Amino acid sequence: MAHMMAVSHLLATSSENVDFMVHGLLKYRLFGQDLWITTTHVSILIVMLLLIIFFIVVHRKMKKKDPNEVPGGFQNVVELIVEMVDGLVSANMGKNAKKFANYIGTIFIFILISNISGLFGIRPPTADYGVTLPLALITFVMIHYNDIKHNRSGAFTSLLEPIPLFLPINLIGEVAVPISMSLRLFSNILSGTVMMALVYGLLPIFVKIGIPAFLHIYFDLFAGAIQTYVFCMLTMVYINDKLSDE
Amino acid sequence: MNITGHDLILACSAIGAGLAVIAGIGPGVGQGYAAGAAAAAVGRNPGAKGDITSTMLLGQAVAETTGLYGLLIAFLLLFVQPLT
Repeated sequence: MAHMMAVSHLLATSSENVDFMVHGLLKYRLFGQDLWITTTHVSILIVMLLLIIFFIVVHRKMKKKDPNEVPGGFQNVVELIVEMVDGLVSANMGKNAKKFANYIGTIFIFILISNISGLFGIRPPTADYGVTLPLALITFVMIHYNDIKHNRSGAFTSLLEPIPLFLPINLIGEVAVPISMSLRLFSNILSGTVMMALVYGLLPIFVKIGIPAFLHIYFDLFAGAIQTYVFCMLTMVYINDKLSDE
Repeated sequence: MNITGHDLILACSAIGAGLAVIAGIGPGVGQGYAAGAAAAAVGRNPGAKGDITSTMLLGQAVAETTGLYGLLIAFLLLFVQPLT
């Protein structure tokens, strides 16, 4: 029996090694509420520091550049990123692209780095519903701000179309947008995180050599990039839908 | 062996989680249909491959959402255990 236990211990570690939850690190009280600094805060700070340092370096380097010169190595990379974002936005929004390229570029880079940060060993910030819901709520506010700004009272009367009886259905349709967008991003990244935690926590040691690399490519890189693209694409589609002149 | 109410709820939660991920059938069929239609479209018009691929990925990601809801329910039942 003891021999059997030893063998099973060698082959498969117990489920106590599986860990993909958000952990509280530091507890504090604010307005009578118990609040926590969690691992999500730490990983979101790492992602933000990475991006801020990158952008400061870009800013410093680009300020010194002469526009008449032939661009060098680093400038080419930065221009590639900017051109990719500009191309993506203008392909989807047409004449409105200029107003929204900044915002779409910002959330694109942030969500992309957040999603693939599982590769660097930190828990992806987007695998926490507290990160994806605000992102989707920003989109929700932008949709309706632009709707009211562009259509004036038409933004409200469009809820009564085709007949006033449809008001509740139209309202549910509007509220479902941020919920479905945030849940889509959240559960995609969470499922990747859980899968990787199961692979690392439950499989025997000789399966963990080399094989997780392919899973990382699929769950972190591929799914992360697709979900980033889909989130930005849906944001643009919804906003552009409100800005079109019928 | 005594089975307490807590054990029973855990066991039923595990069964419920298994039932919830049956929701994955729908997105599987839907994504396959979208990929098949995209392959046919590329066959007819190979020049529009980029546009077709991006439209297909967007549609597939939207179709995936319902399956992910099922997955989310399974995760909630297994790890958050709201019923215990």
